[in-house]
Amino acid sequence: MSLFDHTVSELHTLLQKKEVSISDLVDESYRRIGEVEEKVQAFLTLNEEQARAKAKELDDKLAKGEETNPLFGLPIGIKDNIVTKGLRTTCASKILYNFDPIYDATVMERLNAAGAITIGKLNMDEFAMGSSTENSGFQLTRNPWDLERVPGGSSGGSAAAVAAGEVPFSLGSDTGGSIRQPAAFCGVVGLKPTYGRVSRFGLVAFASSLDQIGPITRTVEDNAYLLQVIAGVDPMDSTSANIDVPNYVEALTGDIKGLKIAVPKEYLGEGVAEEVRQSVLAALSVLEKLGATWEEVSLPHSKYALATYYLLASSEASANLARFDGVRYGYRTDNAKNLIDMYKQTRSEGFGSEVKRRIMLGTFALSSGYYDAYYKKAQKVRTLIKRDFENVFEQYDVIIGPTTPTPAFKIGEKTSDPLTMYMNDILTIPVNLAGVPAISVPCGFVDGLPVGLQIIGKHFDESTVYRVAHAFEQATDYHKQKPVL
Amino acid sequence: MSRISIEQVKHVADLARLAMTDEEAELFTKQLDAIITFAEQLNELDTENVPPTSHVLDMRNVMREDEPEPGLPREEVLKNAPDQQDGQFRVPAILE
Repeated sequence: MSLFDHTVSELHTLLQKKEVSISDLVDESYRRIGEVEEKVQAFLTLNEEQARAKAKELDDKLAKGEETNPLFGLPIGIKDNIVTKGLRTTCASKILYNFDPIYDATVMERLNAAGAITIGKLNMDEFAMGSSTENSGFQLTRNPWDLERVPGGSSGGSAAAVAAGEVPFSLGSDTGGSIRQPAAFCGVVGLKPTYGRVSRFGLVAFASSLDQIGPITRTVEDNAYLLQVIAGVDPMDSTSANIDVPNYVEALTGDIKGLKIAVPKEYLGEGVAEEVRQSVLAALSVLEKLGATWEEVSLPHSKYALATYYLLASSEASANLARFDGVRYGYRTDNAKNLIDMYKQTRSEGFGSEVKRRIMLGTFALSSGYYDAYYKKAQKVRTLIKRDFENVFEQYDVIIGPTTPTPAFKIGEKTSDPLTMYMNDILTIPVNLAGVPAISVPCGFVDGLPVGLQIIGKHFDESTVYRVAHAFEQATDYHKQKPVL
Repeated sequence: MSRISIEQVKHVADLARLAMTDEEAELFTKQLDAIITFAEQLNELDTENVPPTSHVLDMRNVMREDEPEPGLPREEVLKNAPDQQDGQFRVPAILE
Protein backbone atom coordinates (compact mmCIF):
# COMPACT_ATOMS: atom_id res chain seq x y z
CA MET A 1 0.00 0.00 0.00
CA SER A 2 1.19 3.47 -0.93
CA LEU A 3 0.84 6.54 1.27
CA PHE A 4 -1.05 8.09 -1.62
CA ASP A 5 -3.87 5.56 -1.24
CA HIS A 6 -4.92 7.85 1.58
CA THR A 7 -7.21 10.78 0.87
CA VAL A 8 -6.15 14.37 1.48
CA SER A 9 -7.96 14.48 4.81
CA GLU A 10 -6.41 11.16 5.91
CA LEU A 11 -2.93 12.41 4.98
CA HIS A 12 -3.63 15.61 6.88
CA THR A 13 -4.58 13.59 9.97
CA LEU A 14 -1.47 11.39 9.64
CA LEU A 15 0.67 14.54 9.53
CA GLN A 16 -1.08 16.11 12.50
CA LYS A 17 -0.63 12.93 14.53
CA LYS A 18 3.04 12.81 13.47
CA GLU A 19 2.57 9.30 12.08
CA VAL A 20 4.21 10.46 8.87
CA SER A 21 6.31 13.50 8.08
CA ILE A 22 6.11 15.84 5.11
CA SER A 23 9.52 14.56 4.05
CA ASP A 24 8.04 11.03 3.99
CA LEU A 25 5.36 12.22 1.57
CA VAL A 26 7.86 13.94 -0.70
CA ASP A 27 10.09 10.84 -0.54
CA GLU A 28 7.14 8.68 -1.54
CA SER A 29 6.49 10.89 -4.55
CA TYR A 30 10.05 10.68 -5.87
CA ARG A 31 10.32 6.98 -4.97
CA ARG A 32 7.24 6.22 -7.06
CA ILE A 33 8.48 8.48 -9.87
CA GLY A 34 11.73 6.51 -9.84
CA GLU A 35 9.73 3.29 -10.02
CA VAL A 36 7.25 4.02 -12.81
CA GLU A 37 8.21 7.21 -14.63
CA GLU A 38 10.19 5.34 -17.27
CA LYS A 39 6.92 3.73 -18.36
CA VAL A 40 4.48 6.59 -17.84
CA GLN A 41 6.64 9.66 -18.67
CA ALA A 42 4.24 12.14 -17.12
CA PHE A 43 6.81 14.71 -15.92
CA LEU A 44 8.75 17.18 -18.05
CA THR A 45 10.67 18.76 -15.15
CA LEU A 46 11.27 17.61 -11.58
CA ASN A 47 11.67 20.02 -8.68
CA GLU A 48 13.37 17.53 -6.39
CA GLU A 49 16.00 19.59 -4.60
CA GLN A 50 13.65 22.47 -3.81
CA ALA A 51 10.79 20.15 -2.87
CA ARG A 52 12.95 18.24 -0.38
CA ALA A 53 14.24 21.48 1.13
CA LYS A 54 10.71 22.82 1.44
CA ALA A 55 9.55 19.55 3.05
CA LYS A 56 12.18 19.98 5.78
CA GLU A 57 11.20 23.58 6.31
CA LEU A 58 7.51 22.69 6.57
CA ASP A 59 8.22 19.75 8.88
CA ASP A 60 9.76 22.27 11.29
CA LYS A 61 6.64 24.43 11.07
CA LEU A 62 4.46 21.37 11.57
CA ALA A 63 6.38 20.53 14.74
CA LYS A 64 5.29 23.90 16.11
CA GLY A 65 1.74 22.80 15.39
CA GLU A 66 0.26 25.91 13.87
CA GLU A 67 -0.57 24.70 10.38
CA THR A 68 -4.14 23.74 9.68
CA ASN A 69 -4.67 23.96 5.91
CA PRO A 70 -5.63 20.48 4.64
CA LEU A 71 -3.10 20.79 1.80
CA PHE A 72 -0.23 21.67 4.15
CA GLY A 73 2.81 19.56 3.29
CA LEU A 74 1.13 17.60 0.49
CA PRO A 75 2.98 16.98 -2.80
CA ILE A 76 1.38 18.24 -6.01
CA GLY A 77 2.13 18.07 -9.74
CA ILE A 78 1.52 21.11 -11.95
CA LYS A 79 0.65 21.19 -15.64
CA ASP A 80 3.45 22.82 -17.58
CA ASN A 81 1.37 25.75 -18.86
CA ILE A 82 1.04 27.21 -15.33
CA VAL A 83 3.96 29.51 -14.58
CA THR A 84 6.10 28.63 -11.58
CA LYS A 85 8.72 31.13 -10.42
CA GLY A 86 12.21 29.84 -11.14
CA LEU A 87 10.91 26.42 -12.24
CA ARG A 88 11.06 25.70 -15.97
CA THR A 89 7.72 26.15 -17.73
CA THR A 90 7.60 25.06 -21.37
CA CYS A 91 3.95 24.43 -22.32
CA ALA A 92 5.53 21.29 -23.87
CA SER A 93 6.72 23.54 -26.70
CA LYS A 94 10.19 23.89 -28.15
CA ILE A 95 9.54 27.62 -28.41
CA LEU A 96 9.68 27.81 -24.58
CA TYR A 97 12.29 25.06 -24.09
CA ASN A 98 14.44 27.23 -21.81
CA PHE A 99 11.86 29.50 -20.14
CA ASP A 100 12.17 30.09 -16.39
CA PRO A 101 9.27 32.27 -15.20
CA ILE A 102 10.05 35.29 -13.03
CA TYR A 103 6.74 35.17 -11.17
CA ASP A 104 4.19 32.65 -9.90
CA ALA A 105 0.68 32.14 -11.27
CA THR A 106 -2.00 33.14 -8.77
CA VAL A 107 -2.92 29.47 -8.23
CA MET A 108 0.73 28.79 -7.35
CA GLU A 109 0.82 31.65 -4.86
CA ARG A 110 -2.29 30.21 -3.22
CA LEU A 111 -0.96 26.64 -3.19
CA ASN A 112 2.37 27.81 -1.79
CA ALA A 113 0.64 29.82 0.90
CA ALA A 114 -1.41 26.73 1.82
CA GLY A 115 1.82 24.72 2.11
CA ALA A 116 1.52 22.41 -0.92
CA ILE A 117 4.85 21.23 -2.35
CA THR A 118 5.48 21.28 -6.10
CA ILE A 119 6.99 17.95 -7.17
CA GLY A 120 7.40 18.84 -10.84
CA LYS A 121 5.83 20.02 -14.07
CA LEU A 122 3.62 17.75 -16.11
CA ASN A 123 3.53 16.91 -19.79
CA MET A 124 0.72 18.11 -22.04
CA ASP A 125 -0.19 18.71 -25.65
CA GLU A 126 1.82 21.70 -26.86
CA PHE A 127 0.09 24.87 -25.62
CA ALA A 128 -2.81 22.61 -24.51
CA MET A 129 -3.83 21.95 -28.12
CA GLY A 130 -4.75 18.31 -28.40
CA SER A 131 -6.63 15.40 -26.88
CA SER A 132 -3.92 12.78 -26.39
CA THR A 133 -0.72 14.52 -25.21
CA GLU A 134 0.82 13.22 -28.44
CA ASN A 135 1.33 16.85 -29.51
CA SER A 136 3.93 17.40 -26.77
CA GLY A 137 7.12 18.79 -28.27
CA PHE A 138 9.18 16.64 -25.90
CA GLN A 139 7.83 13.21 -24.95
CA LEU A 140 5.02 10.69 -25.17
CA THR A 141 3.05 10.13 -21.96
CA ARG A 142 1.41 6.71 -21.66
CA ASN A 143 -1.85 5.67 -20.04
CA PRO A 144 -1.08 3.84 -16.75
CA TRP A 145 -3.97 1.42 -17.45
CA ASP A 146 -2.49 0.36 -20.80
CA LEU A 147 0.89 1.66 -21.88
CA GLU A 148 -0.05 1.24 -25.55
CA ARG A 149 -2.77 3.85 -25.14
CA VAL A 150 -2.86 7.63 -24.75
CA PRO A 151 -3.59 9.22 -21.37
CA GLY A 152 -5.89 11.73 -23.08
CA GLY A 153 -5.13 15.40 -23.28
CA SER A 154 -4.24 18.04 -23.13
CA SER A 155 -3.62 17.54 -19.36
CA GLY A 156 -2.40 13.98 -20.03
CA GLY A 157 0.61 14.22 -17.71
CA SER A 158 -1.54 15.61 -14.88
CA ALA A 159 -4.04 12.73 -15.09
CA ALA A 160 -1.44 9.99 -15.68
CA ALA A 161 0.72 11.10 -12.72
CA VAL A 162 -2.25 10.90 -10.33
CA ALA A 163 -3.43 7.54 -11.75
CA ALA A 164 0.12 6.14 -11.47
CA GLY A 165 0.40 7.25 -7.82
CA GLU A 166 3.30 9.61 -8.47
CA VAL A 167 1.47 12.49 -6.77
CA PRO A 168 -1.78 12.50 -4.77
CA PHE A 169 -3.18 15.29 -6.95
CA SER A 170 -2.35 17.75 -9.68
CA LEU A 171 -3.52 20.83 -11.51
CA GLY A 172 -4.59 20.78 -15.14
CA SER A 173 -6.27 23.27 -17.45
CA ASP A 174 -9.41 22.80 -19.54
CA THR A 175 -10.27 24.75 -22.70
CA GLY A 176 -12.41 22.15 -24.49
CA GLY A 177 -12.18 19.11 -22.19
CA SER A 178 -8.48 19.03 -21.33
CA ILE A 179 -9.06 18.16 -17.64
CA ARG A 180 -12.15 15.94 -17.93
CA GLN A 181 -11.14 13.84 -20.93
CA PRO A 182 -7.73 12.72 -19.54
CA ALA A 183 -9.34 12.22 -16.11
CA ALA A 184 -11.86 9.88 -17.77
CA PHE A 185 -9.15 8.03 -19.73
CA CYS A 186 -6.97 7.58 -16.62
CA GLY A 187 -9.75 6.70 -14.15
CA VAL A 188 -9.37 9.76 -11.90
CA VAL A 189 -11.52 12.74 -10.88
CA GLY A 190 -11.16 16.00 -12.85
CA LEU A 191 -13.11 19.23 -12.49
CA LYS A 192 -13.38 22.13 -14.89
CA PRO A 193 -14.67 24.97 -12.70
CA THR A 194 -17.07 27.66 -13.91
CA TYR A 195 -15.35 30.17 -16.17
CA GLY A 196 -14.17 32.89 -13.78
CA ARG A 197 -14.10 30.71 -10.65
CA VAL A 198 -10.30 30.31 -10.68
CA SER A 199 -7.83 33.03 -11.65
CA ARG A 200 -6.11 32.53 -14.99
CA PHE A 201 -3.24 34.87 -14.09
CA GLY A 202 -0.09 32.94 -14.93
CA LEU A 203 -1.85 30.31 -17.04
CA VAL A 204 -0.20 30.63 -20.44
CA ALA A 205 -3.19 31.66 -22.55
CA PHE A 206 -4.60 29.40 -25.26
CA ALA A 207 -8.21 30.60 -25.69
CA SER A 208 -8.87 33.27 -23.09
CA SER A 209 -12.69 33.08 -23.14
CA LEU A 210 -12.63 29.30 -22.52
CA ASP A 211 -9.52 28.43 -20.44
CA GLN A 212 -9.92 27.40 -16.79
CA ILE A 213 -7.49 25.81 -14.32
CA GLY A 214 -8.87 22.89 -12.29
CA PRO A 215 -7.94 20.00 -9.96
CA ILE A 216 -7.25 16.35 -10.88
CA THR A 217 -7.48 13.97 -7.91
CA ARG A 218 -8.20 10.41 -6.81
CA THR A 219 -11.46 11.28 -5.01
CA VAL A 220 -14.20 13.90 -5.16
CA GLU A 221 -13.46 15.06 -1.63
CA ASP A 222 -9.79 15.64 -2.50
CA ASN A 223 -10.95 17.61 -5.51
CA ALA A 224 -13.11 19.86 -3.32
CA TYR A 225 -10.19 20.53 -0.95
CA LEU A 226 -7.98 21.56 -3.84
CA LEU A 227 -10.58 23.82 -5.49
CA GLN A 228 -11.15 25.48 -2.12
CA VAL A 229 -7.56 26.71 -2.11
CA ILE A 230 -7.35 27.93 -5.72
CA ALA A 231 -10.84 29.43 -6.20
CA GLY A 232 -11.79 33.08 -5.81
CA VAL A 233 -11.48 36.53 -7.28
CA ASP A 234 -8.03 37.86 -8.18
CA PRO A 235 -7.16 41.50 -8.91
CA MET A 236 -4.63 40.20 -11.47
CA ASP A 237 -7.37 38.58 -13.59
CA SER A 238 -10.25 40.89 -14.47
CA THR A 239 -12.26 37.90 -15.74
CA SER A 240 -12.14 36.19 -12.34
CA ALA A 241 -15.56 36.48 -10.71
CA ASN A 242 -16.16 38.44 -7.54
CA ILE A 243 -18.54 35.82 -6.15
CA ASP A 244 -18.17 34.22 -2.72
CA VAL A 245 -16.48 30.82 -2.60
CA PRO A 246 -18.63 28.39 -0.58
CA ASN A 247 -17.23 25.57 1.56
CA TYR A 248 -17.08 22.77 -1.00
CA VAL A 249 -16.33 19.93 1.42
CA GLU A 250 -19.41 20.81 3.46
CA ALA A 251 -21.47 20.26 0.30
CA LEU A 252 -20.53 16.55 0.29
CA THR A 253 -23.54 15.43 2.31
CA GLY A 254 -24.26 12.24 0.38
CA ASP A 255 -27.87 13.39 0.14
CA ILE A 256 -29.24 13.69 -3.39
CA LYS A 257 -32.87 12.88 -2.65
CA GLY A 258 -35.17 14.78 -5.00
CA LEU A 259 -32.29 15.83 -7.28
CA LYS A 260 -33.45 16.38 -10.86
CA ILE A 261 -31.07 15.08 -13.51
CA ALA A 262 -31.26 15.93 -17.22
CA VAL A 263 -29.76 13.45 -19.68
CA PRO A 264 -29.31 14.98 -23.15
CA LYS A 265 -30.22 12.54 -25.88
CA GLU A 266 -27.41 14.03 -27.99
CA TYR A 267 -24.90 12.73 -25.41
CA LEU A 268 -25.95 9.10 -25.69
CA GLY A 269 -26.57 8.92 -29.42
CA GLU A 270 -24.51 8.36 -32.52
CA GLY A 271 -20.76 8.18 -32.04
CA VAL A 272 -20.93 7.08 -28.40
CA ALA A 273 -19.70 3.51 -27.88
CA GLU A 274 -22.39 1.09 -26.68
CA GLU A 275 -20.32 0.00 -23.64
CA VAL A 276 -19.87 3.64 -22.61
CA ARG A 277 -23.61 4.22 -22.98
CA GLN A 278 -24.31 1.18 -20.79
CA SER A 279 -21.89 2.42 -18.09
CA VAL A 280 -23.67 5.78 -18.01
CA LEU A 281 -27.12 4.17 -17.81
CA ALA A 282 -25.90 1.97 -14.96
CA ALA A 283 -24.59 5.08 -13.20
CA LEU A 284 -28.00 6.74 -13.59
CA SER A 285 -29.61 3.70 -11.92
CA VAL A 286 -27.21 4.14 -8.98
CA LEU A 287 -28.24 7.78 -8.68
CA GLU A 288 -31.92 6.79 -8.91
CA LYS A 289 -31.45 4.38 -6.01
CA LEU A 290 -30.01 7.29 -4.04
CA GLY A 291 -33.23 9.24 -4.57
CA ALA A 292 -32.57 11.26 -7.70
CA THR A 293 -34.78 11.24 -10.79
CA TRP A 294 -33.68 11.60 -14.40
CA GLU A 295 -35.33 12.48 -17.67
CA GLU A 296 -34.17 12.71 -21.24
CA VAL A 297 -33.78 16.26 -22.57
CA SER A 298 -32.36 17.88 -25.68
CA LEU A 299 -29.47 20.27 -26.16
CA PRO A 300 -30.38 20.83 -29.80
CA HIS A 301 -27.29 22.80 -30.85
CA SER A 302 -24.79 20.20 -29.56
CA LYS A 303 -23.80 19.11 -33.04
CA TYR A 304 -22.61 22.63 -33.84
CA ALA A 305 -20.37 22.91 -30.78
CA LEU A 306 -17.28 21.34 -32.34
CA ALA A 307 -17.15 23.69 -35.34
CA THR A 308 -17.95 26.68 -33.12
CA TYR A 309 -15.20 25.72 -30.72
CA TYR A 310 -12.49 25.24 -33.33
CA LEU A 311 -13.22 28.60 -34.93
CA LEU A 312 -13.33 30.51 -31.64
CA ALA A 313 -10.50 28.72 -29.80
CA SER A 314 -8.19 28.91 -32.83
CA SER A 315 -8.97 32.59 -33.38
CA GLU A 316 -8.16 33.41 -29.77
CA ALA A 317 -5.05 31.22 -29.93
CA SER A 318 -3.76 32.96 -33.05
CA ALA A 319 -3.85 36.26 -31.15
CA ASN A 320 -2.50 34.86 -27.86
CA LEU A 321 0.42 33.04 -29.49
CA ALA A 322 1.57 36.15 -31.35
CA ARG A 323 3.70 36.91 -28.27
CA PHE A 324 6.08 34.05 -29.07
CA ASP A 325 8.36 35.92 -31.43
CA GLY A 326 11.89 35.16 -30.24
CA VAL A 327 12.41 38.63 -28.72
CA ARG A 328 11.72 38.50 -24.98
CA TYR A 329 11.93 34.81 -24.04
CA GLY A 330 12.22 31.32 -25.40
CA TYR A 331 13.71 30.00 -28.60
CA ARG A 332 15.19 32.19 -31.32
CA THR A 333 16.35 30.94 -34.71
CA ASP A 334 20.01 31.17 -35.67
CA ASN A 335 19.33 31.80 -39.33
CA ALA A 336 17.60 35.11 -39.74
CA LYS A 337 18.49 37.85 -42.18
CA ASN A 338 16.27 40.54 -40.72
CA LEU A 339 13.59 41.06 -38.06
CA ILE A 340 10.56 39.77 -40.00
CA ASP A 341 12.56 36.77 -41.14
CA MET A 342 13.58 36.14 -37.50
CA TYR A 343 9.92 36.11 -36.41
CA LYS A 344 8.94 33.71 -39.15
CA GLN A 345 11.84 31.30 -38.78
CA THR A 346 11.62 31.30 -34.98
CA ARG A 347 7.91 30.50 -35.00
CA SER A 348 8.18 27.88 -37.74
CA GLU A 349 11.04 26.09 -36.01
CA GLY A 350 9.58 26.51 -32.51
CA PHE A 351 5.93 25.52 -32.94
CA GLY A 352 4.70 21.99 -33.69
CA SER A 353 2.29 21.20 -36.51
CA GLU A 354 -1.00 21.23 -34.54
CA VAL A 355 -0.17 24.63 -33.06
CA LYS A 356 0.66 25.99 -36.53
CA ARG A 357 -2.56 24.52 -37.91
CA ARG A 358 -4.64 26.30 -35.29
CA ILE A 359 -2.76 29.59 -35.68
CA MET A 360 -3.44 29.32 -39.41
CA LEU A 361 -7.14 28.52 -38.93
CA GLY A 362 -7.54 31.34 -36.41
CA THR A 363 -5.68 33.88 -38.52
CA PHE A 364 -7.85 32.90 -41.49
CA ALA A 365 -11.10 33.16 -39.47
CA LEU A 366 -10.12 36.62 -38.23
CA SER A 367 -8.76 37.93 -41.53
CA SER A 368 -10.37 40.66 -43.56
CA GLY A 369 -13.31 39.34 -45.58
CA TYR A 370 -13.79 36.20 -43.45
CA TYR A 371 -14.36 37.64 -39.98
CA ASP A 372 -18.16 37.85 -40.27
CA ALA A 373 -18.58 34.52 -42.05
CA TYR A 374 -16.53 32.50 -39.58
CA TYR A 375 -15.56 34.22 -36.34
CA LYS A 376 -18.69 36.28 -35.76
CA LYS A 377 -20.94 33.46 -36.95
CA ALA A 378 -19.31 31.14 -34.41
CA GLN A 379 -19.81 33.70 -31.63
CA LYS A 380 -23.52 33.79 -32.48
CA VAL A 381 -23.83 30.02 -32.44
CA ARG A 382 -22.06 30.09 -29.08
CA THR A 383 -25.00 32.12 -27.80
CA LEU A 384 -27.40 29.40 -29.00
CA ILE A 385 -25.35 26.67 -27.31
CA LYS A 386 -25.25 28.65 -24.07
CA ARG A 387 -29.03 29.12 -24.22
CA ASP A 388 -29.51 25.35 -24.61
CA PHE A 389 -27.88 24.90 -21.19
CA GLU A 390 -29.79 27.79 -19.61
CA ASN A 391 -33.09 26.30 -20.79
CA VAL A 392 -32.36 22.88 -19.32
CA PHE A 393 -31.10 24.36 -16.04
CA GLU A 394 -34.42 26.14 -15.55
CA GLN A 395 -35.90 22.74 -14.69
CA TYR A 396 -33.01 20.49 -13.69
CA ASP A 397 -30.18 20.58 -11.13
CA VAL A 398 -27.49 18.84 -13.15
CA ILE A 399 -26.90 17.45 -16.64
CA ILE A 400 -25.31 14.01 -16.88
CA GLY A 401 -23.72 12.06 -19.72
CA PRO A 402 -20.45 10.37 -20.65
CA THR A 403 -17.23 12.42 -20.59
CA THR A 404 -15.92 10.86 -23.80
CA PRO A 405 -17.47 8.81 -26.63
CA THR A 406 -14.97 5.95 -26.11
CA PRO A 407 -12.35 4.86 -23.58
CA ALA A 408 -8.65 5.66 -24.23
CA PHE A 409 -7.52 5.01 -27.80
CA LYS A 410 -4.20 3.66 -29.00
CA ILE A 411 -1.11 5.81 -29.44
CA GLY A 412 -0.92 6.90 -33.09
CA GLU A 413 -4.49 5.85 -33.85
CA LYS A 414 -5.83 9.35 -34.50
CA THR A 415 -2.80 11.47 -35.31
CA SER A 416 -3.13 11.46 -39.11
CA ASP A 417 -6.49 13.23 -39.37
CA PRO A 418 -7.07 16.35 -37.23
CA LEU A 419 -10.88 16.10 -37.52
CA THR A 420 -10.98 12.52 -36.16
CA MET A 421 -8.92 13.67 -33.18
CA TYR A 422 -11.22 16.66 -32.64
CA MET A 423 -14.29 14.35 -32.46
CA ASN A 424 -13.05 13.14 -29.08
CA ASP A 425 -14.13 16.37 -27.50
CA ILE A 426 -17.75 16.54 -28.68
CA LEU A 427 -19.13 15.89 -25.18
CA THR A 428 -16.83 18.24 -23.29
CA ILE A 429 -16.60 21.27 -25.61
CA PRO A 430 -20.20 22.54 -25.17
CA VAL A 431 -19.48 22.96 -21.44
CA ASN A 432 -16.60 25.36 -22.11
CA LEU A 433 -18.65 27.32 -24.65
CA ALA A 434 -21.41 27.75 -22.03
CA GLY A 435 -18.88 28.47 -19.26
CA VAL A 436 -20.54 26.08 -16.78
CA PRO A 437 -18.68 23.73 -14.38
CA ALA A 438 -18.36 19.98 -14.99
CA ILE A 439 -16.62 17.03 -13.40
CA SER A 440 -15.55 13.63 -14.68
CA VAL A 441 -15.72 10.74 -12.19
CA PRO A 442 -14.91 7.07 -12.83
CA CYS A 443 -18.11 5.09 -13.62
CA GLY A 444 -16.90 1.74 -14.91
CA PHE A 445 -14.45 -0.16 -17.07
CA VAL A 446 -14.57 -1.42 -20.65
CA ASP A 447 -11.95 -4.11 -21.36
CA GLY A 448 -9.92 -2.91 -18.40
CA LEU A 449 -10.03 0.76 -19.46
CA PRO A 450 -11.74 3.38 -17.28
CA VAL A 451 -14.93 5.17 -18.35
CA GLY A 452 -15.82 8.67 -17.11
CA LEU A 453 -19.19 10.05 -16.05
CA GLN A 454 -19.63 13.76 -16.75
CA ILE A 455 -21.74 15.80 -14.32
CA ILE A 456 -22.46 19.35 -15.47
CA GLY A 457 -23.81 22.08 -13.19
CA LYS A 458 -25.09 25.64 -13.26
CA HIS A 459 -22.74 28.62 -13.29
CA PHE A 460 -20.86 28.78 -9.95
CA ASP A 461 -22.70 25.73 -8.60
CA GLU A 462 -19.66 23.48 -8.18
CA SER A 463 -21.17 22.49 -4.81
CA THR A 464 -24.03 20.56 -6.42
CA VAL A 465 -21.70 19.00 -8.99
CA TYR A 466 -19.45 17.80 -6.15
CA ARG A 467 -22.39 16.59 -4.06
CA VAL A 468 -23.71 14.39 -6.88
CA ALA A 469 -20.25 13.15 -7.86
CA HIS A 470 -19.44 12.31 -4.25
CA ALA A 471 -22.75 10.50 -3.63
CA PHE A 472 -22.13 8.41 -6.75
CA GLU A 473 -18.51 7.71 -5.83
CA GLN A 474 -19.41 6.60 -2.31
CA ALA A 475 -22.01 4.19 -3.69
CA THR A 476 -19.49 2.58 -6.06
CA ASP A 477 -15.88 1.41 -5.85
CA TYR A 478 -14.49 2.39 -9.25
CA HIS A 479 -12.30 5.06 -7.65
CA LYS A 480 -10.60 2.41 -5.51
CA GLN A 481 -9.27 0.50 -8.53
CA LYS A 482 -5.68 1.14 -9.44
CA PRO A 483 -3.67 0.35 -12.56
CA VAL A 484 -0.93 -2.28 -12.21
CA LEU A 485 2.38 -0.82 -13.29
CA MET B 1 -15.11 22.97 -54.64
CA SER B 2 -12.17 23.95 -52.56
CA ARG B 3 -12.80 26.61 -49.90
CA ILE B 4 -9.25 27.79 -49.61
CA SER B 5 -6.43 28.01 -52.16
CA ILE B 6 -2.71 27.49 -51.68
CA GLU B 7 -2.18 31.22 -52.40
CA GLN B 8 -4.57 32.07 -49.57
CA VAL B 9 -2.75 29.69 -47.25
CA LYS B 10 0.56 31.37 -48.07
CA HIS B 11 -1.00 34.79 -47.48
CA VAL B 12 -2.41 33.68 -44.10
CA ALA B 13 0.97 32.19 -43.15
CA ASP B 14 2.55 35.56 -43.89
CA LEU B 15 -0.03 37.34 -41.70
CA ALA B 16 0.64 34.81 -38.91
CA ARG B 17 4.41 35.24 -39.31
CA LEU B 18 4.99 31.59 -40.11
CA ALA B 19 7.54 30.50 -42.72
CA MET B 20 6.16 27.69 -44.83
CA THR B 21 7.64 25.34 -47.41
CA ASP B 22 5.58 24.48 -50.50
CA GLU B 23 4.94 20.97 -49.15
CA GLU B 24 3.68 22.35 -45.83
CA ALA B 25 1.48 24.87 -47.63
CA GLU B 26 -0.04 22.06 -49.68
CA LEU B 27 -0.77 19.92 -46.61
CA PHE B 28 -2.25 22.87 -44.73
CA THR B 29 -4.42 23.76 -47.74
CA LYS B 30 -5.93 20.27 -47.67
CA GLN B 31 -6.37 20.17 -43.89
CA LEU B 32 -7.71 23.70 -43.51
CA ASP B 33 -10.08 23.10 -46.40
CA ALA B 34 -11.49 20.05 -44.60
CA ILE B 35 -11.85 21.95 -41.31
CA ILE B 36 -13.45 24.99 -42.95
CA THR B 37 -15.83 22.79 -44.94
CA PHE B 38 -16.80 21.11 -41.67
CA ALA B 39 -17.27 24.51 -40.03
CA GLU B 40 -19.64 25.64 -42.76
CA GLN B 41 -22.34 23.48 -41.19
CA LEU B 42 -22.89 26.54 -38.96
CA ASN B 43 -24.55 28.15 -41.97
CA GLU B 44 -27.49 25.78 -41.46
CA LEU B 45 -28.47 27.97 -38.52
CA ASP B 46 -30.30 31.25 -38.86
CA THR B 47 -28.44 33.63 -36.54
CA GLU B 48 -29.77 36.88 -37.98
CA ASN B 49 -31.18 38.08 -34.64
CA VAL B 50 -28.80 36.28 -32.29
CA PRO B 51 -26.27 38.43 -30.41
CA PRO B 52 -22.66 37.17 -30.42
CA THR B 53 -21.14 35.81 -27.17
CA SER B 54 -17.55 36.88 -26.58
CA HIS B 55 -17.60 36.27 -22.85
CA VAL B 56 -19.92 33.97 -20.86
CA LEU B 57 -20.24 35.96 -17.67
CA ASP B 58 -22.26 39.11 -17.41
CA MET B 59 -19.44 41.41 -16.40
CA ARG B 60 -18.01 44.40 -18.18
CA ASN B 61 -15.54 47.19 -17.56
CA VAL B 62 -13.84 45.85 -14.45
CA MET B 63 -12.13 48.95 -13.08
CA ARG B 64 -9.55 49.69 -10.42
CA GLU B 65 -7.79 52.76 -9.10
CA ASP B 66 -4.94 53.76 -11.38
CA GLU B 67 -2.16 53.78 -8.80
CA PRO B 68 1.45 53.70 -9.94
CA GLU B 69 3.39 50.69 -8.70
CA PRO B 70 6.92 49.51 -9.43
CA GLY B 71 7.11 47.17 -12.44
CA LEU B 72 9.20 44.04 -12.74
CA PRO B 73 12.94 44.66 -12.27
CA ARG B 74 14.73 45.07 -15.60
CA GLU B 75 17.33 42.42 -14.77
CA GLU B 76 14.61 39.87 -14.14
CA VAL B 77 12.71 40.77 -17.29
CA LEU B 78 15.85 40.34 -19.39
CA LYS B 79 16.72 37.00 -17.81
CA ASN B 80 14.95 34.95 -20.46
CA ALA B 81 15.91 37.11 -23.44
CA PRO B 82 17.65 35.29 -26.30
CA ASP B 83 19.79 38.39 -26.89
CA GLN B 84 20.26 41.67 -25.05
CA GLN B 85 22.46 44.74 -24.97
CA ASP B 86 22.63 47.77 -22.66
CA GLY B 87 19.62 46.64 -20.66
CA GLN B 88 17.41 46.16 -23.70
CA PHE B 89 16.21 43.34 -25.94
CA ARG B 90 18.43 43.03 -28.98
CA VAL B 91 16.91 42.03 -32.34
CA PRO B 92 18.29 41.62 -35.88
CA ALA B 93 18.26 44.63 -38.20
CA ILE B 94 14.81 45.65 -39.34
CA LEU B 95 16.18 46.63 -42.75
CA GLU B 96 18.79 44.53 -44.51
